[in-house]
Amino acid sequence: MGSSESKIWVFVEHRQGQLIEVGLELVQKALDLGRQAKWKVAAVLVGHHVSALAEEILTYGVNEVLMADDPLLKDYCNQAYAKTLATAVRHNQPEIFLLGATAMGMDLGPRLAAKLRTGLSAHCIDLELTDAGELLAVVPGWGGSIMAKISCLRTRPQMATVKPGVFDLPQSGQPRGRIITLDPVVDTKDITYRIVEVEREEVQQSDLDTAEVVVAGGWGVGAAENWKLIQDLASVLGGAVGATRPAVDEGWAEEKQMIGTSGRTVKPKLYIGVALSGHMHHMVGIKNPDLMVGINQDRTAPIFTHCDIGLVGDFKEILPKLITAIKPFFDR
Amino acid sequence: MRIIVCLKSVPDPKHWNKLKLDPETKTLIREGIPSTINPLDKNALEEALRLNEKQGGEVIVISMAPLEMIPVLQEALAMGANRAVLLSDRAFSGSDTLGTAYVLAEAIKAIGNFDLILCGNETIDGGTAQVSAQISEFLDVPNLMFVSQIEYSPGLPFKVRSQIELGYRVVEIAPPMVLSVVKEINEPRYVTMMNILAAEEKEIQVWTSEDLNLTEPCVGLADSPTQMADLFIPERGRNAEMLDQDAEIQAKELADRLHRLGFC
Ligand SMILES: Cc1cc2nc3c(=O)[nH]c(=O)nc-3n(C[C@H](O)[C@H](O)[C@H](O)COP(=O)(O)OP(=O)(O)OC[C@H]3O[C@@H](n4cnc5c(N)ncnc54)[C@H](O)[C@@H]3O)c2cc1C
Ligand SMILES: Cc1cc2nc3c(=O)[nH]c(=O)nc-3n(C[C@H](O)[C@H](O)[C@H](O)COP(=O)(O)OP(=O)(O)OC[C@H]3O[C@@H](n4cnc5c(N)ncnc54)[C@H](O)[C@@H]3O)c2cc1C
Repeated sequence: MGSSESKIWVFVEHRQGQLIEVGLELVQKALDLGRQAKWKVAAVLVGHHVSALAEEILTYGVNEVLMADDPLLKDYCNQAYAKTLATAVRHNQPEIFLLGATAMGMDLGPRLAAKLRTGLSAHCIDLELTDAGELLAVVPGWGGSIMAKISCLRTRPQMATVKPGVFDLPQSGQPRGRIITLDPVVDTKDITYRIVEVEREEVQQSDLDTAEVVVAGGWGVGAAENWKLIQDLASVLGGAVGATRPAVDEGWAEEKQMIGTSGRTVKPKLYIGVALSGHMHHMVGIKNPDLMVGINQDRTAPIFTHCDIGLVGDFKEILPKLITAIKPFFDR
Repeated sequence: MRIIVCLKSVPDPKHWNKLKLDPETKTLIREGIPSTINPLDKNALEEALRLNEKQGGEVIVISMAPLEMIPVLQEALAMGANRAVLLSDRAFSGSDTLGTAYVLAEAIKAIGNFDLILCGNETIDGGTAQVSAQISEFLDVPNLMFVSQIEYSPGLPFKVRSQIELGYRVVEIAPPMVLSVVKEINEPRYVTMMNILAAEEKEIQVWTSEDLNLTEPCVGLADSPTQMADLFIPERGRNAEMLDQDAEIQAKELADRLHRLGFC
């Protein structure tokens, strides 16, 4: 088995021949942390026929790609993946091991941490590194109404799963690292279930993820026919529509439009929250926009403590007027 | 079939506005907040009951919690579980997910053979979604998360459907195993007064660390690998400049600002 000098490892997922963004976002964060601690960074890639992906990851600036390439690792199985990764970790002893809080990462992370008898911080929304090399992971509890900083002092590696969308994607450039191939350690006995069917919906990125403008509507919108006003405002600004949980529960918006602890994290430049109260469960899903605007008929609504500009009144009156006032700027 | 359902008691979300932080100790004050069964654990229990209504067998609920949580377990018995085991010991308090999973796994070993362990996929309070996978690692059995359907016919492996990003997959899997369920799997049953009365006859065993074979140092606040370094209520940070005048003026003012900032 090849030896790794890297102290920060990032598990990078792929599906259907493509790298998953959260893995790359973690690469960027790991490179930042690595610079601070003077630690090298490795991406860990597991699958079959993945060397092209390994080459691609090198262009994002990692020092090493640790690649486990084996027919038995073709389909994701936590037994096989956790064994592969645990063996590599024991051999190389990284300080930090990060995974995305995807369906796969949330399943693999805890099994791997238990195998290694180390701590795992759950779906973090931020990571800090102390000068002593200790990772502080900011994790939401009670659906985000309270945050905890979790540390893992005595056991290694310090592990965390991180929510997609909280860190920036890395720039690609000249590859400078090397690929280290991990020896196969799994055999058929390690995999005790059989996948009989996999169904994937068309991979379509929600435009919410990349939108520069997000207009989100809440329970106060009141009825499906009023939801059109939210869509109209978003469309005149060239933005995407987001929603709170009650708006999704009412069927005005789709589940994939939900922003917050159980929904997506968005990073727009402009966020406009309409007829929503500003509950923490929703607000934690909005990362540092340049401008936050709230529209609510209740001037004491908490949304106004999250915003730079607040409009008080009935959105059914305000939105049509706002749309009318915005349109001419685009017509010029 | 012997099915063990892991069940966590959580503070009732209807009362979360009463949650406060002790600014000195950075601990959570949850006084006056009643406890309830974690919602997804009710789905797990419902699924266990349905499987065994067809197959026959035993449904045992286990929970690691203080003694005050006995009424919460009674609710599970009223739903139809055959018996309950409460793991209650000062030494367990403050365990992180690894410690929690280890204690639960050792309790499951002490209960004896099982076919299926059912968990909720995550809780509404800590919500790490880590405990079920870690239980399975300690027991060295396979596990599947995000389970939305369980099909069983005698003599055949289980067919388990679970959600993955943008879709689902179906796997054939044989017991013993750990499955953690999502809310789509079923609609938990209502509990009637009759059920509640009937449940009072059922047994709740209370086990302490003495009853378990705990040899690994990962249990309790001091020995858990993860530690809570800080607990805080997220800052709101901004304080809106209010444009409250009539709708027309507010709309114009906002449109102008958005224009100046380059949004339109
Ligand atoms: C474990 C858990 C996870 C959760 N995860 C999420 C999540 O990811 N995302 C999420 O959004 N929620 C989530 N929730 C729900 C969350 O707690 C709140 O209930 C929700 O965000 C509130 O939605 P809202 O602001 O749309 O509704 P409300 O809180 O009911 O607010 C409606 C607002 O509309 C205003 N209003 C009414 N009529 C008008 C009008 N005509 N004009 C202008 N204003 C008007 C009212 O003044 C009020 O402030 C979660 C809850 C739990 C328990
Ligand atoms: C704000 C906050 C953040 C936290 N962050 C972390 C973290 O990042 N890492 C970490 O290791 N710990 C963390 N913890 C501690 C963790 O919540 C506890 O260790 C807890 O025992 C595990 O609970 P959970 O709610 O996360 O369980 P989950 O893993 O979300 O629960 C999944 C299922 O496991 C079963 N289960 C869970 N706990 C029990 C139990 N006590 N008895 C019976 N069945 C159970 C249930 O079926 C449940 O549905 C955090 C706690 C708080 C309050």
